[in-house]
Amino acid sequence: MCPSAPPERNGRQAPASPKQKFAIINKTTAQPNPSATNLSPDTNRTFNPRDPLENYSTRLMDTSPQSPPTKKRKMATSTSTAAAASSEQEQEHQFPLPPILTHPSAAPPTLITQGAEGRLYKTTFFSPDIPCALKYRPPKPYRHPILDARLTKARLAFEAKVLERCRREGVPVPAVYAQNAAAGWIAVEWIEGAPVRVKINEWLGQRPKNEEEEKAALEKDQGPLVELMKRIGSAIAGLHRTGVVHGDLTTSNMMLRPPPVKTTTTTEEGETNGVSSEEAQEKAKLLEGDVVIIDFGLANQSQSDEDRATDLYVLERAFASTHPRAENLFEHLLESYKQSFKKGASVLHKLEDVRMRGRKRSMIG
Amino acid sequence: MPDAKGRRIALGCEGSANKLGIGIIAHDPVTGEAIVLSNVRDTFVSPPGTGFLPKDTARHHRAYFVRVAKKALAASGVSISEIDCICYTKGPGMGGPLTSVAVGARTLALLWGKELVGVNHCVGHIEMGRAITGASNPVVLYVSGGNTQVIAYAEQRYRIFGETLDIAVGNCLDRFARTLEISNDPAPGYNIEQLAKQGGRVLLDLPYAVKGMDCSFSGILGRADDLAAQMKAGEPGPDGEPFTPADLCFSLQETVFAMLVEITERAMAHVGSNQVLIVGGVGCNERLQEMMGAMAAERGGSVYATDERFCIDNGIMIAHAGLLAYETGFRTPLEESTCTQRFRTDEVFVKWRD
Repeated sequence: MCPSAPPERNGRQAPASPKQKFAIINKTTAQPNPSATNLSPDTNRTFNPRDPLENYSTRLMDTSPQSPPTKKRKMATSTSTAAAASSEQEQEHQFPLPPILTHPSAAPPTLITQGAEGRLYKTTFFSPDIPCALKYRPPKPYRHPILDARLTKARLAFEAKVLERCRREGVPVPAVYAQNAAAGWIAVEWIEGAPVRVKINEWLGQRPKNEEEEKAALEKDQGPLVELMKRIGSAIAGLHRTGVVHGDLTTSNMMLRPPPVKTTTTTEEGETNGVSSEEAQEKAKLLEGDVVIIDFGLANQSQSDEDRATDLYVLERAFASTHPRAENLFEHLLESYKQSFKKGASVLHKLEDVRMRGRKRSMIG
Repeated sequence: MPDAKGRRIALGCEGSANKLGIGIIAHDPVTGEAIVLSNVRDTFVSPPGTGFLPKDTARHHRAYFVRVAKKALAASGVSISEIDCICYTKGPGMGGPLTSVAVGARTLALLWGKELVGVNHCVGHIEMGRAITGASNPVVLYVSGGNTQVIAYAEQRYRIFGETLDIAVGNCLDRFARTLEISNDPAPGYNIEQLAKQGGRVLLDLPYAVKGMDCSFSGILGRADDLAAQMKAGEPGPDGEPFTPADLCFSLQETVFAMLVEITERAMAHVGSNQVLIVGGVGCNERLQEMMGAMAAERGGSVYATDERFCIDNGIMIAHAGLLAYETGFRTPLEESTCTQRFRTDEVFVKWRD
């Protein structure tokens, strides 16, 4: 399940501000709106795919209860703000819940996002203080039922198998709590933090908009992002070492799990010279944390260079199109991949071939 | 020079594959509306069991260029003096046919004293699709005989989010039509679509190759060819009954279209859009449109598609995209009016969009 949010589509759009979006999902800050019940079916729909995704990141980043309430989003029309205000109630009847979530429980399940594969719910497992992510793959109406059943079952079974294998080998991935491939659901450990994509865009968003300035700033101050790229590279290397290929690597499918909060005040100086240390530290913190790869819905077991290279190619392309401003940093990821993985060099060699094949596709109109 | 109504007018020449198309478009600077004045096309059709070769296709385009141009001009009702620019397909496409049409476009430009605008074929498809359907910022699925791409716009470029890792979906269908020796007239894909409507008794097992937002079709084609050989040898299908070409076409369509819808859905989730626009020759397949519609409806979005006039390669889309660039001051000087077989969608700087 990819907790993907819309990328900042162009330079002018500010990255999703956690505070700004908080009002949409937080019951306590949202004003009850009497007109919410009169909404037309269209505006009633909470599932504008833009929203839940942003909400997701918000929810993850902004878990402190004292978050200030806030102005409503500009782009939302009055009715959709109303819809947002009552979003939590609506979410419950928006899509019928999968049977597994209809059992009585202390914490009602929350629909987090509608990804490409299915729906992601946050619920609890076994005890009310163990949060869990439940991914439900509903039947796809567009797909032939036989094909659909075959794919859903195979993918869920693989997902569970692959996650278990990663776990056994010590690769940081969500633990599998339970699954039922025939019923189309899998329950896994809840990962705190935010998708890498959100964090990178937030980080990039703080940089000057002017292209010249941006270039200068990037050269001076790309340390933390380069570090993150390296961590991603070695996380993928770890995954590939266990004989698993992900099949859908994007920056949406990686979480940045914040490090446990330290009680002592850190004494480390900001790494970049010349920048005021507090600001630099604040900014560097943005990209701190462990990279946890999630959403193994298209994963497979493979040891071949070809499959591993395709995995990297998919990420390379997704990265370039999602973060065009940081495209040139991708080499750091590959370099770190190569260093952390014995077979890295030959995979990167194969990557050249895969790239060429992709390029050739522009041949005939 | 704008015409009497103050409109800008462009003539577009397209011939990157087996269709030669010339179209004339007018842009109203006040309303921003694009008006199709004429859209003429002539297709080179090869015999069943064969594909179109670059050499023969180029010969066809050379032979028909003047005829098609005259027809387009007559149908549009505009005079030569009213035309602002001549647009042509710079690429991507087959070398021979591209060159033939570029020569034709240069000739018109020199003959009439007009400026040239080289256009990326893929961008032509996208812009025409947007203009016809009114989709403002959709995720675009561009599916044709040569291209399979999932595209979304960001920061002045059409960015490719996913694409085929080997052959295009249209190429997969065309080549399977050759295996079954289905007619290429009017198009192999169309005939597969019609045949598939008679199938559906069984779904034959074909590989399903989706990798993130990318996909692959060559393995599916290989397996489908194997199944066709089994069918010809009289071997029974999975239910013990013999299966027919219709069953094969049905299974192939169901599988490859499900893959396309899936990668499109993944791109929509990734960029956070709920509009989807289908362009390219395979885009006029109604089953694909239907499946995409079911997916989009579930996401609370909508699907935009056009019919064969605009889906299949045509001159009007080149004229439209060229005129958009022309209006931002873009020109292709004669000495740079080359064409190229490889021209990525994301190489074009899209100055005309925010």
